Amino acid sequence: MKRYQAQIALLAALLISFMVSQFSGRMNDYYLDIVLTAGISVILAVSLNLVNGHTGQFSLGHAGFMAVGAYGAAVVSLQLGPQLATILGSSGTGEGVAFLIALVTGGLAAALCGWIVGVPSLRLRGDYLAIVTLGFNEIIRVVLQNTTPDGVFGGALGLGGIPASTSIFWAFGAAAICIYVVTTMIGSTWGRGFLAVRDDEIAAGSMGINTTRYKVTAFVVGAFFAGVGGGLYAHQKGAINPEGFNFLKSVDVVVMVILGGMGSTVGVILAAIVLTVLNEYLRDFEQYRMIIFSLLLIVMMIVRPQGLLPATLFQKKGRTA
Amino acid sequence: MLDRLLSRAALPLSLSFALFLTGCGKEASTDIVIGEVASLTGGTAAWGKAQNEGVKMAVEEINAAGGILGKKVKLITEDDQSKNGEAATVTKKLVSRENVVALIGEIASSKSLEMAPICQKASVPMISPGSTNPKVTEVGDFIFRVCFIDPFQGTVMAKFALSKGWKKMAVMTDVKQDYSVGLTQFFKEHFTKNGGTLAVEQSFSTGDKDFKAQLTAIKAAGVDAIFVPGYYAEVGLIASQARELGINAPMCGGDGWDDASLIQVAGKAVEGCYFSNHFSTEDKSEAIQGFVKKYQSLKNENPSTFVALGYDSTMLLFDAMKKAGSTDGKAVRDVLARTKDFPGITGNITLDEKRNATKSAVILTIKDGQIVYVETVKP
Repeated sequence: MKRYQAQIALLAALLISFMVSQFSGRMNDYYLDIVLTAGISVILAVSLNLVNGHTGQFSLGHAGFMAVGAYGAAVVSLQLGPQLATILGSSGTGEGVAFLIALVTGGLAAALCGWIVGVPSLRLRGDYLAIVTLGFNEIIRVVLQNTTPDGVFGGALGLGGIPASTSIFWAFGAAAICIYVVTTMIGSTWGRGFLAVRDDEIAAGSMGINTTRYKVTAFVVGAFFAGVGGGLYAHQKGAINPEGFNFLKSVDVVVMVILGGMGSTVGVILAAIVLTVLNEYLRDFEQYRMIIFSLLLIVMMIVRPQGLLPATLFQKKGRTA
Repeated sequence: MLDRLLSRAALPLSLSFALFLTGCGKEASTDIVIGEVASLTGGTAAWGKAQNEGVKMAVEEINAAGGILGKKVKLITEDDQSKNGEAATVTKKLVSRENVVALIGEIASSKSLEMAPICQKASVPMISPGSTNPKVTEVGDFIFRVCFIDPFQGTVMAKFALSKGWKKMAVMTDVKQDYSVGLTQFFKEHFTKNGGTLAVEQSFSTGDKDFKAQLTAIKAAGVDAIFVPGYYAEVGLIASQARELGINAPMCGGDGWDDASLIQVAGKAVEGCYFSNHFSTEDKSEAIQGFVKKYQSLKNENPSTFVALGYDSTMLLFDAMKKAGSTDGKAVRDVLARTKDFPGITGNITLDEKRNATKSAVILTIKDGQIVYVETVKP
């Protein structure tokens, strides 16, 4: 039984999110929106944690991958939606499959971008990598902005009228899959390589670990889930726009990872949820909101520089994770 | 091991938290609650604040006059931080938690486009004070606006340029703003069709600081005038740098120029330049002068366009509620759709079948550091 624990947990999570999703119609739209945003934030934070936390590479381009996924998925829904509906039928299942195709397309497009950017740039380290990924983020945004307004990508105004397909099932199902993939990957024997690269790249290399390959893998997997997260975001908000995926969006995700504790999946999930909900609770403070938010971050970093739930908290004696 | 177990527990935990959130109740109100979405902080805060001033002014006036349908009006304003994605969230909050009967907002078209489908789905009328992109009201029959649209403004400036005898022009487009791209497109269409030529087409992006490369190309072409449909921050810099390079051709643009900081930044560089706008504080009509005086007594400055547009949107909404005799979304929508010659501060508003306002534009110029009225262009 113990062998299949992770798989059982994944199935259970999918089943729960499917069941909860059936009741989401009774939920207030606003709260549903917060819950979905939290789910998407979890996907983004956990996938970035694979790159920034587990593998120790500092990427600032997560919003760029998110943009690729969001546009990829939205274009599939908008351009191929009618064709897919005729092939798959307009039943609930048919729509579900069409949405799955859109999300996976977005994810794959982002993963491809991750690979293209990753292969040359992951030979760089530290600050240099941060700058390259930041540059990639900006390139994606500027390219999308400069497309023709009446074209497929909608130029600076972006795309509107995207079907609101994102439900609790999709957001949390994808989050569960993302958490499952990242934790099992890191937990596997092969996955120790990621941690080795983070802890000492030179030592890992001299032990025969192909460090570039591990880094590119982390990057591509991270980009894939960022793309899926972007696709869910597009189908949640109904309208996307290049400016929404600027550098600040990347920083939001980095903050979740650092606040939660680099390399700690539980911590990062917690931080993603806390930050999303906090953002809503602080609305009542109006213009003081950002001050309070920033102060909380500063205090948090002074009191707990290792994050909310640091990875070391879960280490057992004699085992490093 | 614990790490793994916890990571699996996190999901059900988060879900139960989510369900807990839904339990929070809402209070009943005997007031008429209207919502407003504005960018009170962030990049376009200047406009959001102006819009908010106008809306507040209208609400205070109506409450001082006894409210509508025997009830007081309560305004709930939500800040979208000028961020994409936030507009959708706060609209959902206003519509489904605060149960507003109508919404005013936003100025930026991209944010109105996020709000519109939510209002349409919930059958809540939404009036945008300043989104000039045609796509906004195309979302559905609950979405209205009180400003003119990009095609009209672009065409107005093209007509004006031709009437000034400018035949050879250059254009500088802000490719980051759909507004700017739209204005350029319609300006170009009308201008070139009626005998003008666009000698140079250059582009820039919001946030740019150096425009010398584009301006050098324009200088080399030797044009009669330059059309710069950008926002005030960049326009100010473009004008200053053009004069430094010895370009003396006049410049013209759209309502994005309207901000006091344009003259502060550019000073003499924008002397003799023209831009189209929704209204002029110089207009001698009683209604406008009354509005300007009242605003000056409150804020000690001239109201900007978006104050007037925010005020007009709200007044138009109140008028529709009065005429409909109810605050029911569908009833208010039906009255709004029939709006004809509503006397607003920014001109008489008539809504066409596409729920866009048909109204005149004014052309303004900058003379001795002051914005001066030139003429009114009828639709």
